[in-house]
Amino acid sequence: MKTYTNPVYEYHRPPELDGAARHCGVVIVGAGPVGLAAAIDLAQRDIPVLVLDDDDTVSVGSRAICYAKRTLEILDRLGCGEAIAKRGVSWSVGKVFHGDRLTYQFDLLPEPGHHRPAFINLQQYHFEECMVQRARSLPAAELRWKHRVVDVTCNDSQVQLRVATADGEYALTCDWLIVCDGARSPVRHMLGLDTEGQVFRDRFLIADIHMTSDFPTERWFWFDPPFHRNQSVLLHRQADNVWRVDFQLGWDADPEVEKRPENILPRLHAMLGPDVDFEIEWASVYTFQCRRMQKFRHGRVLFAGDAAHLVSPFGARGANSGIQDADNLAWKLEMVVRGHAPDALLDTYNTERVAAADENIVNSTRATDFITPKSAASRTFRDAVLALARHHPFARKLVNSGRLSVPKILVDSSLNTPDAMVASEADHERFSGPMVPGAPAADAPVSGPQGEWLLQHLGGGFDLLVFGDGVTGDQARAMASDPIPCRLVQVGGGMPAAGILIHDNEGLVAARYDGRTGTCYLLRPDQHVCARWRYFDADVVRGAIARATGCTERTTQWTH
Amino acid sequence: MNTELNLAAPDDFYDELIGLHRDLTETQSALVNAKLILLLANHVGDADVLRAAMAAAREDLPQ
Repeated sequence: MKTYTNPVYEYHRPPELDGAARHCGVVIVGAGPVGLAAAIDLAQRDIPVLVLDDDDTVSVGSRAICYAKRTLEILDRLGCGEAIAKRGVSWSVGKVFHGDRLTYQFDLLPEPGHHRPAFINLQQYHFEECMVQRARSLPAAELRWKHRVVDVTCNDSQVQLRVATADGEYALTCDWLIVCDGARSPVRHMLGLDTEGQVFRDRFLIADIHMTSDFPTERWFWFDPPFHRNQSVLLHRQADNVWRVDFQLGWDADPEVEKRPENILPRLHAMLGPDVDFEIEWASVYTFQCRRMQKFRHGRVLFAGDAAHLVSPFGARGANSGIQDADNLAWKLEMVVRGHAPDALLDTYNTERVAAADENIVNSTRATDFITPKSAASRTFRDAVLALARHHPFARKLVNSGRLSVPKILVDSSLNTPDAMVASEADHERFSGPMVPGAPAADAPVSGPQGEWLLQHLGGGFDLLVFGDGVTGDQARAMASDPIPCRLVQVGGGMPAAGILIHDNEGLVAARYDGRTGTCYLLRPDQHVCARWRYFDADVVRGAIARATGCTERTTQWTH
Repeated sequence: MNTELNLAAPDDFYDELIGLHRDLTETQSALVNAKLILLLANHVGDADVLRAAMAAAREDLPQ
C-alpha cells in the first residue's frame, strides 16, 4: 500500500516454554479493536490481562472504516479517543442518489454541543495501531504476538488453553477468557459453538483507492447509477486521501475475477471519470451474513465482537457494536473479579449485548433487504420508494442505504431502577427527554476539572450526577468510600466536600437531562443511565447501585 | 379498517384505476401499483389499519 506500512510487533519466546507455569486472571484472544478495547479497559482498572494474537501486526488492508460517536466516547474513556479522532476524518452528512439524481440527504448530528462528531472514518489499521499503543502503555496489559490458541477446555473453576508459537506449544490456565478472535472465531469452533442466522446472496467489491479529490467528506450512496447500472455503489472518504468504494456485484459475480486490478479499474474509471488519477490500495470481494451466537456467555468464557455476532457492513454496526460489547463487559468483569458483585452480573452482559446484537441485526437485515431485494415484489417496492423519494418527503424516510450505528438503549435491563411512580398531582416531577434508564449519557459542553465536556467527567466507576447542592459533604464522602464507590458529579452550586463540580454554562446539561435543582442521575461505569430521581436519598441511591451490580433482586420503587 | 363502501362513485373509481394502467408494460404496472400502495399507506398512517389491510389482502389467494 502506498499510504501505509503495517508495523511488525515483536514475538517473544514465552517463559512457559521453559517450565514456568502460568495462571492468569483474564486472557483475551484476539488483538483486534474489540480485544484491545477490553484489554485497555480492564488494564485501566488494574485487572491484569494477557492478550494472545496469532498475528504480529494490525489489520492488513482497511476493513472497518466508520466509527460512531459512541465509540469515540468509549475510546475517550479508554484514553485513546483523541489520537483516533485526530487521525480520522469527521462526517455527519449522508447523501443518497438514484440514477444521477440526489433523492435524499441526512445529517446524523444536526445539533451542536457535542465533543465528538457523528462519525469518523479511519482505516482499521490506524485505529488498531492507536489502540495497541495505548494498551502497551498500561502495565497491567501484556500483549503476546504470534501466539495462537490451538485448544480450549473449560470447567466450573477455570479455563485451560494450549497456545502454539514458533518455538512450540505451551499451556495456560485462566479464570476468565474473553474471545474476540473475529468472524471465523477459531476458539468458538474449538468449543463446539456456532452462530445462527442468515447469509445474503449478494457479493460486493471493496476498493480502497488513493486519490486527491474534491468530493466532500460525506457518505454517498447510489442506487442504480449510470456508471454501474442496476447495482448500488458507496463512496466514503478515509484518512490520508484514501477513499472506500463499494460496488454491489450480484450473487453470480466471480470473486477471483472481480478482484483483479484489470477488472476493477474500468469500474472506477466509469465512476470517477477517465482523467482522475488514483491508485488501488487494497481490494476485496465479500459476501455477508446477519447472525449471532445464541449466548455470549458460556460459563467462564465470554464472546465479544464479530466472534459473537455478525452484521452486513451497511450501517457500520460491526466494529462499533463490538467496542460497546467490551465497554459493557469490562466493568462487570472487574466487579466480579474483585468480589464486589456476584458472578450473575456477567449474565447481564449476555442479555444486554444480545439485545443490542438483535437490534443491529434487524437494522442491518432491513438495509440489506432494501439494497439487495430478494423477490420481484421487493425489488418493485424498492424502486417505487426511490422514484417517490424525489418529490415526496415521506418516501425519503423509507430509503434505506444502511441505518447507521447508534448505541443500544438498554431499556429492558434488569440493572435499571425504573423511574418512580409519580402521582398525577406531581406531574412536574416526571422526566421528559431521551435520558431514560438504560440510555448512554448524552454529552454536553461544561467547564470542569477534567475538561470542557460532560462525558470527560463521567465513567470508570459509578457516578451520581446531581443538579445543584442536594448532597451534603458527609453524604458525598460516605458514597465515595462505599465498597462500590460512587462519585458525586455536581452541576452548579457550591464546591462539594467530595466529588467534583462542573458548570453548565450553556444550560445544555439541564436541557438534555431534564435537570433542575435536586435532580440526580446514577450512571454506570460504562456511562449508561441506570436510575434517576428528582430528590437525593442516599439509601435509594445505594439500592440502585446494588441493583445495577446484580447484588439484589429488590426493585427500588417508591412514590413521593 | 373500514370495509363498508366509502367511495362516492365506486364505478368511476374502478374505471380510473384500470385506466391508470392503460398502455403500461407489466413492469410499469407493477411499479405504479407499488407507488400507489406506498402513497395511500402513508396517507392512512394508522399502523393497525395498514396491518389489517395487508392481512385482508393475503386472504383467499388462489393456489
